[in-house]
Amino acid sequence: MAKKHEYGLLIDYEYCTGCYTCQIACAQEYQWPAGMGGIRVNEIVQQLPNDKAYLTYLPFPTELCVLCKPRTKKGLKPACVTHCMSGCMTYGPIEELAKEMTKKPRMVLWVPK
Amino acid sequence: MGKSRTKIVPTTTWSAGPGCHGGCGVLAHIRDGKLVKLEGDPSHPWNHGRLCARALSMTQYANHPDRLHHPLKRVGERGEGKWERMSWEEAFDLIERKMNNIRETHGPESMVFAAGTGRDIYPWICMLAYAFDSPNVMFALTGNACYGPRLAAVDTVQGDYSVFDAGQWWPDRYDDPRYEKPECMIIWGYNIHATCPDNLFGHWIIDLMKKGTKIICIDPRLSFFASRAKHWLQLRPGTDSALAMGFLNVIINEDLYDHEFLERWTNGAHLVRKDTGKLLRESDVSVEGSSANYVVWDSKREKAVIWDTTAVACESQDISPMISGQCKIWLADGKETECHTVWDAFKDEADKYPPDEVEKITGVPADDIVRAAGFYARSKPASIHWGVAVDMTPALTPLVQAISCLWALTGNLDVPGGNVTARLAFDVAPYALPGSKGAIRLRSEELDKPRIGKDQCMPLNKFYWRSQTDMVFEQIFTGKPYPIKGLWLQTAGIMQGLGMDPKKWREAFKKLDFIVAVDVFHTPTTQYADVVLPTGTFLEKDSFRSWWVPLQSINKAMTTDECLSDAEINFELARRFDPEFKFESLHDLFDDILKPSGMSFKELQKKGWAYPPEGSSSCPYLRHEKGLLRPDKKPGFRTPTGLFELWATLREEWDLEPLPHHEEPPFTPVSRPDLAKEYPLILSTGRRSPAFFHSEHRNIPWLRDIDPDPIVEIHPKTAKAHGIGHGEWIWIENWMGRVKFKAKITPVVPTWMIMAAHGWWFPEKEAAEPSLFGAFESNINLLIPMGHQGKDGMGAPIKHLMCRIYKYTPEEVTHG
Ligand code: SF4
Ligand code: SF4
Ligand code: SF4
Repeated sequence: MAKKHEYGLLIDYEYCTGCYTCQIACAQEYQWPAGMGGIRVNEIVQQLPNDKAYLTYLPFPTELCVLCKPRTKKGLKPACVTHCMSGCMTYGPIEELAKEMTKKPRMVLWVPK
Repeated sequence: MGKSRTKIVPTTTWSAGPGCHGGCGVLAHIRDGKLVKLEGDPSHPWNHGRLCARALSMTQYANHPDRLHHPLKRVGERGEGKWERMSWEEAFDLIERKMNNIRETHGPESMVFAAGTGRDIYPWICMLAYAFDSPNVMFALTGNACYGPRLAAVDTVQGDYSVFDAGQWWPDRYDDPRYEKPECMIIWGYNIHATCPDNLFGHWIIDLMKKGTKIICIDPRLSFFASRAKHWLQLRPGTDSALAMGFLNVIINEDLYDHEFLERWTNGAHLVRKDTGKLLRESDVSVEGSSANYVVWDSKREKAVIWDTTAVACESQDISPMISGQCKIWLADGKETECHTVWDAFKDEADKYPPDEVEKITGVPADDIVRAAGFYARSKPASIHWGVAVDMTPALTPLVQAISCLWALTGNLDVPGGNVTARLAFDVAPYALPGSKGAIRLRSEELDKPRIGKDQCMPLNKFYWRSQTDMVFEQIFTGKPYPIKGLWLQTAGIMQGLGMDPKKWREAFKKLDFIVAVDVFHTPTTQYADVVLPTGTFLEKDSFRSWWVPLQSINKAMTTDECLSDAEINFELARRFDPEFKFESLHDLFDDILKPSGMSFKELQKKGWAYPPEGSSSCPYLRHEKGLLRPDKKPGFRTPTGLFELWATLREEWDLEPLPHHEEPPFTPVSRPDLAKEYPLILSTGRRSPAFFHSEHRNIPWLRDIDPDPIVEIHPKTAKAHGIGHGEWIWIENWMGRVKFKAKITPVVPTWMIMAAHGWWFPEKEAAEPSLFGAFESNINLLIPMGHQGKDGMGAPIKHLMCRIYKYTPEEVTHG
């Protein structure tokens, strides 16, 4: 059975600092105008008991993410992954990335394409 | 096919562009002379290919349609926004004539040269100012309150600066066998990863966290670090020094300090006279004695022994210096005085800050202080790194002393993973420093005499060769002791970011005869200039970066119309002003500055970056033990005593408190309960956005999209009490005026404080007055005064003002 969706992006959101590098790296790579692009960064402020809060950032791949096909076929990593300031994004085969997810919490696997 | 026309130029970031203090290795993809892409250089040990949003937006920055392309001459009134294009020759001639006129009529010191944050700029501004014979180089922020004061204050007690250790001294970084990661790191008022200030790559700390470093975060605001910290201490802004003293209190009373470091490497054993409260000097005990030598008590032989600062040792060997206790000393004048040790005085000072008292001042629970201080002191190694919040308070020097004493007394100074002494790589010093022997310096000491603030602000005389900004500002209005007639503005966005009380700065500008602004874009500040010169981005210059380690070359990758680099502009003018100017070309000058590295500029360019070898003073670790810090090569520190000074001898000589302590800043609910009735909220400012560096990047579409409006963060409870909804426009007001901000309702701030973004103007609005690119709409500096600098001229209250907030009226909403 042919695999339709082979690759994904693994995000370790414990270490995502909300630097917006992924968002801009994609915009630069594909010359998206401001407001569009393959990935958008979200700030999530979690309210916790006892007036506590927790700050998380999470990049979300949009309809425009092509998983950097033009780069990956040349053996390059996706533009967002290459530049991610925290090194918290990994590109690879879904099964491998899923295995990574068993090693530590606060991970999310995106399969945009 | 198109690919073959693309040339890839490796270079180093150092603004103009990302705005930061630079250091990233990048690959500039140039096609047909234009930047088509900028990528991180994966082979560069600084960033390993990573790159920030601002650097990745360089195509929009370097190719921006609003770039200044030609020199401009003002033709209307100041602020009218009317300009006429000039050639460079005309511009240089005009500037030469006008500035020479000022020099001849009023003296060279009547021309002030202003700069902003730490870019590839100070050497070239100094070069120009000094060629003109003016000593007045100014960092145009109130209290000079960014970085320089921190450097000067650490230098005062330690003779050198130090920074957290992310293995940045080694090409193999974390993998170098000499390196060790910190077990604990205190992040003090620092959102470093957003912008990489202070010559460090912010995300190195994230690297360390992944390797297991635990964080103590000191910040009134919930940051990325605060969320992930083992201990988050949410202090009231402006009380950092009380907290630092509380840490010292815990560490001393729980006996968590490094006794060996205290006894061997600090002046803890030096004697303090009880009658005068000053250090006992050799000149006190013997008529021929030197006032530069100090005295310790040998508890073995029960007698006083001289600490000889030239030998950096006690006069007699085999003694047992008393670290704690009292003694009686016969003075040269025949009287007897009681003395105790510096360490006892230091402990007495720290004893004034028990955790429950510190809780009252800072709002941080006493238990948290005890736990965090204990965790820091027990972790080996541990480091502390701090942000500009530390400078932005008038009593910054005593605060910096307290924090430096923390890293020293816990044995973390210049150890792997600790606070490592930071020197310029290979001692390549492009900055002009007092007594500088480098290529860029004033012709004579005499010319330095009129430097504004030199006599009153001693750190400016010893470590940090600038003018005192608030005093320059005042002198523009008073003309005393001499008139200020001209201003050179380069990377100095006074109207939109750097200047407090910008409306008053506008008045100051209008008093001057001649202003030159050098910039990449028009800004509210350039509107007041007589001549505006177009400079280039970091991609448009040859230069080098010598700021800690490594030494790096910056390589020209492209040109933009008639733009010249800052260094090129200043070089041409320096040549015109100084008949003895000895350099033929900019590369000659670079070669001269780079001499200590043993490389020419071309050789450095070939390497790209270079690390100083072991055994040089810019290569760690434990250099005080190896005799690598002092000019005489003796073990010790480059301080007057040769020791780490718990009691700052220089501060004593300057008639300032020699010990660290807390002083309540001038505009807080504690110091001004009267104002608190009208302005009940603490107004803090300066939280960093990864989209912007200070007032820059509002005109870069990708970046503005991230952070489109001037945001004020308000706690949900506070917002509710004021009837303010998320996304609504509000007024922030205090006794200086009011500004418009958009409310972001978020629990990241406490109920009693709001956090207003800084540096806001609107490049999309009309340049001419009264619009002035909207510079007076949402610039938080309109609520911050000038003239409240610290006693030593350093530091100013910028992050802890007071305010009230209220909603826009419906009419204002319609017309706003
Ligand atoms: S994988 Fe490529 S296309 Fe997708 S978001 Fe990242 S940079 Fe954009
Ligand atoms: S580049 Fe990495 S750290 Fe930055 S926002 Fe994107 S995922 Fe987060
Ligand atoms: S801000 Fe940081 S990542 Fe961006 S160019 Fe400067 S040093 Fe590099």
